[in-house]
Amino acid sequence: MSKLLHGVRRNLFSSWPSALATLAILWLAARWLPPFFDWAIAQAVWRAPDARACRAAQGACWAFVSEKHRFILFGTYPFEQQWRPAAASALLVALWGLSALKACWKWWLPAAWAAGLALIGALMWGGVLGLPYVENERWGGLILTLLLASFGAAFAFPFAILLALGRRSGLPVLRYACVGYIELVRGVPLISVLFMASVMLPLFLPAGASIDKLLRAQLALVLFASAYLAEVVRGGLQAVPRQQVEAAQALGLGYPQTMLRVVLPQALRMSIAPLVNTFIGFFKDTSLVLIIGLFDFLSTVKVSLQDPAWSGFGVEAYLFAALVYFVFCYAMSAYSRSLEAKPALDAAAGLRRE
Amino acid sequence: MKLRGLALQAALAAVLALLFWWFYSNAAANLAARGIASGFAFLRREAGFEIGETTFAAYSAADSYLRALAIGLANTIRVAALGVLLATALGAAAGLARLAPNWLLGKLAGAYVEAVRNVPLLVQLFFWYALITEGLPAPAEALHPLPGVFLSNRGIHFPLPGDLPVLSGFNFAGGGALTPEFAALLAGLTVYTAGFVAEIVRAGVLSVPRGQLEAARSLGLGRRDELRYVVLPQALRLMVPPMTSQYLNLAKNSSLAVAIGYPDLVSIANTTMNQTGQAIEGVAVIMAVFLTISLSISALMNWYNRRAALRGLAP
Repeated sequence: MSKLLHGVRRNLFSSWPSALATLAILWLAARWLPPFFDWAIAQAVWRAPDARACRAAQGACWAFVSEKHRFILFGTYPFEQQWRPAAASALLVALWGLSALKACWKWWLPAAWAAGLALIGALMWGGVLGLPYVENERWGGLILTLLLASFGAAFAFPFAILLALGRRSGLPVLRYACVGYIELVRGVPLISVLFMASVMLPLFLPAGASIDKLLRAQLALVLFASAYLAEVVRGGLQAVPRQQVEAAQALGLGYPQTMLRVVLPQALRMSIAPLVNTFIGFFKDTSLVLIIGLFDFLSTVKVSLQDPAWSGFGVEAYLFAALVYFVFCYAMSAYSRSLEAKPALDAAAGLRRE
Repeated sequence: MKLRGLALQAALAAVLALLFWWFYSNAAANLAARGIASGFAFLRREAGFEIGETTFAAYSAADSYLRALAIGLANTIRVAALGVLLATALGAAAGLARLAPNWLLGKLAGAYVEAVRNVPLLVQLFFWYALITEGLPAPAEALHPLPGVFLSNRGIHFPLPGDLPVLSGFNFAGGGALTPEFAALLAGLTVYTAGFVAEIVRAGVLSVPRGQLEAARSLGLGRRDELRYVVLPQALRLMVPPMTSQYLNLAKNSSLAVAIGYPDLVSIANTTMNQTGQAIEGVAVIMAVFLTISLSISALMNWYNRRAALRGLAP
């Protein structure tokens, strides 16, 4: 008991300013927490047949979320077939979870991804195994956000490695091309790259040729993410000691061998945590496809608010959306922090010390 | 070996040139087929759309596209400049609070930082906009937290010297006003960016070696003097580069205004592109303006960085 009192005094009342801050926080909590609790839980409506019960109540209308959850999660995907995007989402999340485990960083992981993505494609499009065909204009909701982020990262990453290597190349034309690309993309907002893909790209292609809207947005996201990932990879490349390259050359390895077998394995290992952080930013950025009219998770939330029978519950709807994004992003940032905390993972650190 | 390098570069240059030429010829053919004249001549034409709010200059639908875009740019600069100031202040406060010896304050600041960093800015903007337009009462029952300040679903009204806002009809007249769109965008940008600024401030302060703090304390400096004369001058130097990229992010993120209907540059350019079909020119304007803003902020921060670094190195 005295230990507790001592802790309270040391952590909350160690000095006059600290004591004042504690009292101010407690006062604000006493003033704002009960009404917030009332709104969010006590007076909230959790289930209701229509919006009338919600409008009569004083509290939050979580019934909006339970009423619209199918649309928010799956968009306009055919209702009886919605187990397919659900299964695809679960599969995708499982693949990400598997990739996070160090024990799974084996030769079969890329193979598992290829098989998983093929299965997801089969599930989503259908047309095989008796599944009815669903064109990708009808895909929407959470699975679209997850797909945009997954495919975006998968295609941006190799491209980013090439850009980073190009930026450090001794060939001036190659170097300037890569620097120009990276700095241009990083200097403009994502929305302008998305506009470019949605309104400019059709103009740049021969008349008659057209690329699907979803593919165009995906392309824009890949181009955008690769510039940011390239800078992270470059940071990793710079951290590899020069002697490693010299040793590889002394062994008679050519440039591709030096990079693939000596430099990149060390550089990428060191940049895993910042890569995950960049990916979190990218995952959040996929929500911008809403502006060019794609049906991602945030977009289905927004559209579900346009139902006149259920209008006016934006605060609840966006809090729910925030919670879903938070779960994904927080899990990833906790993972990235755990990587940073494990120095054993940094195999190159041992090399650097010698 | 040298020859191979040269050949490789020549091939790359040729491929890039071909690609650009192919894009160019396709675009020229497509524009001709659609009857759109390329070039910036359309900027002189009458815009024909209204703009909800303007900064420093008047505008009417009879003005040119050029003027409309200039108004958009002024609106972008207004929200970005205010956002940078407020985000720096809030972020510094949250970052220092996270380091405070007070457990409650530290946890509170930590929860804030985690919450805003892990939710997309666009969700936060929609949330603030919904909170203002749906959560706040009508002007007649406006919240009245401070004398002369009114919060309602028509925005925030506050007093200016000698000019108080008064309820007239369905809205307030007089005083200063922030529209719901502007208030939501400013709140979103500030609260979001401050989460990142807080982490930079915290890392900067933590980077100051312990010996420096002990030296300050042995000189008998109080906590405030210690922070002001010992910690911050050293931490600031480390904080400048990441702060620069946060300011750049804030300026770029202000383009999300288009999603909640604040008439910034991107939103006006978007309307212009939809009306005229001048997509290439519209995107080029957006990119040119943001590249200019990015380069200016970088130049400004580099200048500050040189000054801060020099002061430390001077004997």
